Amino acid sequence: MFNQSSSLRVFLTVLAVMLASFSASTQAAERDYISIVGSSTVYPFATVVAERFGTSTQYKAPIIESTGSGGGLKLFCAGIGVSHPDVTNASRRIKQSEIDKCAENGINDIVEIKIGYDGIVLANSTSAKRMSLSRRDVFLALAKNIPNPDGSESLIQNPHMTWKDVNSELPEIAIRVLGPPPTSGTRDAFAELALEAGCKTFDWLKAMRKTDKSQYKSICHGVREDGGWVEAGENDNLIVQKLNADPESLGVFGFSFLDQNSDLVQGSVIDGVEPEFENIANGSYKISRPLYFYVKTAHVNLIPGIKEYITEFTSDRAWGEDGYLVDKGMIPMSDEERNQFKTAGMELTTVRLASE
Amino acid sequence: MTSRLEAASSGSHWDTAAFKRRLRRRRSAEKRFKWYGIGAVLLGIFFVFMLFSSIAINGVGAFWQTQIQLDIYFDPAEISEANLYSANYGKLVKQAMYSQFPEVAKRKEKRQLSRMVSVGADVMLQDLVTSDPSIIGTTQSLWFPIDDSFDMLYKNDFGRDPDKGGAGLISKNQLGWFDTLVEKGKIESRFNKRYFTAGDSREPELAGLRGALMGSFFTILVTLAISFPVGVAAACYLEEFAPRNKFTDFIEININNLAAVPSVVFGILGLAVFINFFGLPRSVPLVGGLVLSLMTIPTIIIAGRAALRAVPPSIREGALALGASKTQAVIQEVVPLAMPGMLTGTIIGIAQALGETAPLLMIGMVAFIVDVPGGPLDPSTVLPVQIFLWADSPERAFLEKTSGAILILLAFLIAMNIVAVIMRRRFERRW
Repeated sequence: MFNQSSSLRVFLTVLAVMLASFSASTQAAERDYISIVGSSTVYPFATVVAERFGTSTQYKAPIIESTGSGGGLKLFCAGIGVSHPDVTNASRRIKQSEIDKCAENGINDIVEIKIGYDGIVLANSTSAKRMSLSRRDVFLALAKNIPNPDGSESLIQNPHMTWKDVNSELPEIAIRVLGPPPTSGTRDAFAELALEAGCKTFDWLKAMRKTDKSQYKSICHGVREDGGWVEAGENDNLIVQKLNADPESLGVFGFSFLDQNSDLVQGSVIDGVEPEFENIANGSYKISRPLYFYVKTAHVNLIPGIKEYITEFTSDRAWGEDGYLVDKGMIPMSDEERNQFKTAGMELTTVRLASE
Repeated sequence: MTSRLEAASSGSHWDTAAFKRRLRRRRSAEKRFKWYGIGAVLLGIFFVFMLFSSIAINGVGAFWQTQIQLDIYFDPAEISEANLYSANYGKLVKQAMYSQFPEVAKRKEKRQLSRMVSVGADVMLQDLVTSDPSIIGTTQSLWFPIDDSFDMLYKNDFGRDPDKGGAGLISKNQLGWFDTLVEKGKIESRFNKRYFTAGDSREPELAGLRGALMGSFFTILVTLAISFPVGVAAACYLEEFAPRNKFTDFIEININNLAAVPSVVFGILGLAVFINFFGLPRSVPLVGGLVLSLMTIPTIIIAGRAALRAVPPSIREGALALGASKTQAVIQEVVPLAMPGMLTGTIIGIAQALGETAPLLMIGMVAFIVDVPGGPLDPSTVLPVQIFLWADSPERAFLEKTSGAILILLAFLIAMNIVAVIMRRRFERRW
């Protein structure tokens, strides 16, 4: 009995000491590290820069949360001060509505820095035959409703079961494409760059863009729900593994995952162009999108190291043609564009969107 | 008695065919039921075994890292006392690499060659020199981690294509150099110390768990420091002092409900209250611990009340009869006897909190953080979050790091549960 209660007492004393040590620690009033939020597509690149920045300068490594482009801009625009993030990453350009939202909260100066491109690939297992598709094929295979093949300007529910149904030159295997869910930026970009581009090859649908934009968007971005398109979650590694297990499926994910797993999966040829580094960089591979990050000018003097972070990101050893970001699968911009955005970053030029 | 037996054996229904059939059916039903049970248990064991063995098979690799031995000449022309922090350490590594293959001359090939060593090598050299500047001017034979794609090549033969030579990120030249180095004995699999001493990194060969382990430690410390005293006090009040009325019934129902609330809801609450209202910083273990303690308190209250209820009334009555006040009776007699049960509940609640990710998403602890936290107010992440982040990384080598981290998390959870069991066995009293 004595033994028991004494060991319990020791335990309680330890707890009490812990409690006391807490109340003694004081709260940091200022933040001495950069806080970054935003796109999960830019995350693998921004984290590399952050790590190199942390080891090569006297500043602490920035903290990066992967919140998605939209979620990041929402946090970014919430206000000025140490409790709000300094930088947000985006896999699309900022919208006017977001600039307005920022301005409402007193954030008038935002610096825009484009960092490079990311290709989106349609890939299958290397044990299967490489596919060669046009964006029109992709649209006809994956859209929920497609134009009536009899030529009348009406829609029918997508009847295609195999790729051969879509285009007689394609193999007779069932259409099954694993892709990211609607919350993902990759999905938005895929819908816009692949499906919508295929959709626009029909003249009457292209004309609809002018007359009924919302209808146009729902037709061109609508994905079939009968099993042809499978939502496989945000984890691209999982899609790669599933493709490996099922050679008949195709998967949609970012170029960096293709690059890292090129012994397991191969990218389909789109409109006659293979998803390869050079083809994405020179723009001949069509399903690629620009990546950005945005900096709050008001924070540059508030949080130490922001300017130096921009310098690191825009240095040739990072985003140059031989830089370490390229090793991670990012597609670099041309010299001219790199110079333009480097200057914008150094001079903290405020972003202006051309009025639409 | 005898007559009844006789009557039964010769009697109307004990030995009829129908009776025997029914008896057989009942016995076989019994046997079947037993086998269903055994089957269910075996299936359960099979799945557990599959889970553990697949994680273990994938994960052991994480504890080993392929390393390369290089003779580094600390050239006094490059480093001096004056530029310890700005010297070009990368150049020393590259030179050591080039000296292995003097025939390589083209710029592009040299680049390929130097990329076989991890990019972290220069920082390692810098740390070495700054801790002991006297090695400048000497030549040291040192082991460096090799780049992650070659680590995978050495471990699983990933990236070796019979037709092309190299595949994926490995070129044909690099494969040839690699095989030569292996033959020379310059490449070896060694214990991966960095896995336990380094913070997170985007290079799999440099990534370590220390940041996440410290983050988990501080978070759990905060959780324990808040939820244990609050939980025990609430349990004591509700069980020993509170009057039985509608109000306390209402509280009891709510505590039970709170224990069943999905954990992500606590994260939203934490964001709204601790970060937006009280202005605590994002991504810190203090806020994480506060959120997780909201989740743990109901578990501790429920376990604590059950433990108090198990203490026989004679203890309280005896104390009161000897003149103790109600408070004295509860604190000096009842609570110490109930403590083993309460601690068991606490450990189980804490073990649950250790494995949580969802509530931490909202408060910014799901983030890439390189620096190892030094206290509950430094930004940090926790073990399960680290697993989540690694599982999502494109580099192949993170797969084994992920499984390795799962093994460590499981080891912690099992250890905590064993402590709970031992404590119950040793201290629990039965009346």
